[in-house]
Amino acid sequence: MHMADALISPEVGGAMWVVTAGLVAWSAKKLKEDPDEGRIPLMGVLGAFIFAAQMINFSIPATGSSGHLGGGMILAALLGPYAAFLTLASVLVVQALFFADGGLLALGCNIFNMGFFSCFVAYPLIYRLIAGTGRNRNRILAASVLSSVAGLQLGAFSVVLQTVASGISELPFGTFVMLMQPIHLAIGIVEGFVTAGVILFVLKARPEVLEAAGGGTRLRGVSLRTVLAGLAAAAILTGGVLSWFASAYPDGLEWSIAKTTGSEELAAPGTGLHSSLAGLQETTAILPDYGFRAGSGDDGAAEASEEAAWPNPDMGTSLSGLAGGAMTLALAGLIGFALRRSAGARK
Amino acid sequence: MSGSIERNLSALAEAVDHSQASGLVHGLDPRAKILVTLLFVIAVTSFGKYEVSRLMPFALYPAVLTGLSGVSPGRVLKRTLIAAPFVLFVGLFNPLFDRTPLLRIGPLVLTGGWMSFFSIIARSFLAVSAAVLLVLTTRFDLLCLGLERMGIPRVFVVQLQFLWRYLVLLAGEAQRMVRAHTLRSWGNRSGVSLKTFASLAGSLLLRTLDRAGRVYGAMKARGFDGEIRMLRPLSFSLSRDGLFLLAWGGYFLVCRFVNLPELLSGAVGR
Repeated sequence: MHMADALISPEVGGAMWVVTAGLVAWSAKKLKEDPDEGRIPLMGVLGAFIFAAQMINFSIPATGSSGHLGGGMILAALLGPYAAFLTLASVLVVQALFFADGGLLALGCNIFNMGFFSCFVAYPLIYRLIAGTGRNRNRILAASVLSSVAGLQLGAFSVVLQTVASGISELPFGTFVMLMQPIHLAIGIVEGFVTAGVILFVLKARPEVLEAAGGGTRLRGVSLRTVLAGLAAAAILTGGVLSWFASAYPDGLEWSIAKTTGSEELAAPGTGLHSSLAGLQETTAILPDYGFRAGSGDDGAAEASEEAAWPNPDMGTSLSGLAGGAMTLALAGLIGFALRRSAGARK
Repeated sequence: MSGSIERNLSALAEAVDHSQASGLVHGLDPRAKILVTLLFVIAVTSFGKYEVSRLMPFALYPAVLTGLSGVSPGRVLKRTLIAAPFVLFVGLFNPLFDRTPLLRIGPLVLTGGWMSFFSIIARSFLAVSAAVLLVLTTRFDLLCLGLERMGIPRVFVVQLQFLWRYLVLLAGEAQRMVRAHTLRSWGNRSGVSLKTFASLAGSLLLRTLDRAGRVYGAMKARGFDGEIRMLRPLSFSLSRDGLFLLAWGGYFLVCRFVNLPELLSGAVGR
């Protein structure tokens, strides 16, 4: 999932650099407030551990191919999100410099895609909620798999967005997503199992390690986070799969408008604020009408002649559902963090 | 990361070896080299997707650095090509999706897709070679110091230095574990099973945690109080480093905004 410089534009690379730099500075600031000074050598050595562990290939059952550990979730479980993010970032820097694994301009993108989603989204909102710092085997397994899958799906989707936005590769959005997401779903599941295996091994040998380590996120309102995680899971499920079952027939409002005026939508006024806003919406909508933009005349014609089928596994709908779900999740996560910080300041 | 542990470790060792050498390029302030590398990558990636010929003058930078620093071109080439396969794979979709004809050379018609594919190859080669040269001509600890002086948070720089220090150590341990496993598994080289990996990684992790504890103890014994203090032996010489930065920066700007290949062919044609 490491992006190369050859496929991104300076605008996209630069923007992600700014975001990543901000996250690094913020994490560093948070760590300064951390009273546990032993965390600093621990981060360094754990970074080296992740690097070394990634060099050990394991064979994936039933496929005959081999894979290696990502490690974001293990780091987050042992160090908490801020330290884990910095550790992952440092590993990615060394990989980019010494192994040409990812470009220098793309480093901002890579740190964001592989660090942000696992440490600041998947870990606190999914892993922490399901497994906490407890020892329940099944919880740890479920938490590892779900958080690894979520982190990788979001990261892979980010790669697609950044590549398409750069405009160097001609791969269309739809094809690219169809290539990336399923592969990373499989990778995520394997990664989840391996992560669970390592954590359970450590738990059996040295149970106090995880209890002492899982600091960093201070859970105050557990109910809010449970709700967020539940919503996230529901959004992903709904957007990804259930959207196929969305009826292709007009909904209630469109049906009644059709009955009264003879068309499904009311004609908008041609001038004024309404039309300029409508024009703005048309140009900015990535997924107009929950599908892909009709690239050329033939697409539009094909769509028009299509019979309304059910279930309607339209790639566009499902993808826009997933995209919408992912964006909502990210937005929800951001709002959650903003709330935490403002509440923390008020104390 | 692809490849066996041995190969990765030797790649690291080779980089360390080369960076320790002395010379014109090695002696430059790391900040100047970092900035020039970044300017180079930004300039190269800022061209439109069909540009190929205007990227060519940029090859002067890796060529000059390779020549001046004493690194063998073969080595630079080898490390540059590691990253190539995946980029090529993605790039090959371009001719598939973009079929508008752009250029005609005699009987050959090149579509936009092929032009952008060649552009991707050129970009990849240029960007990666610049990074490779940076790493082969700069000691990693000096690189970290340079980053810290340029404003990167100290916690992160210290993290990089720790990672570097313990990477070789831990990779060596991992290598010994894998070798022991291979010797006991009748030469089955398809990698360890998932369950075995979990125990290998798990015990490596436990040893890592113990080591971290010992390192922390050693730091405390030497007076570590949570505050990170760094020695700063870097000195930026305007005549040497400033000139390096200005000269190359200026060259990249010229290459970016002036169509040198066209000028050259025009002058030669006349």
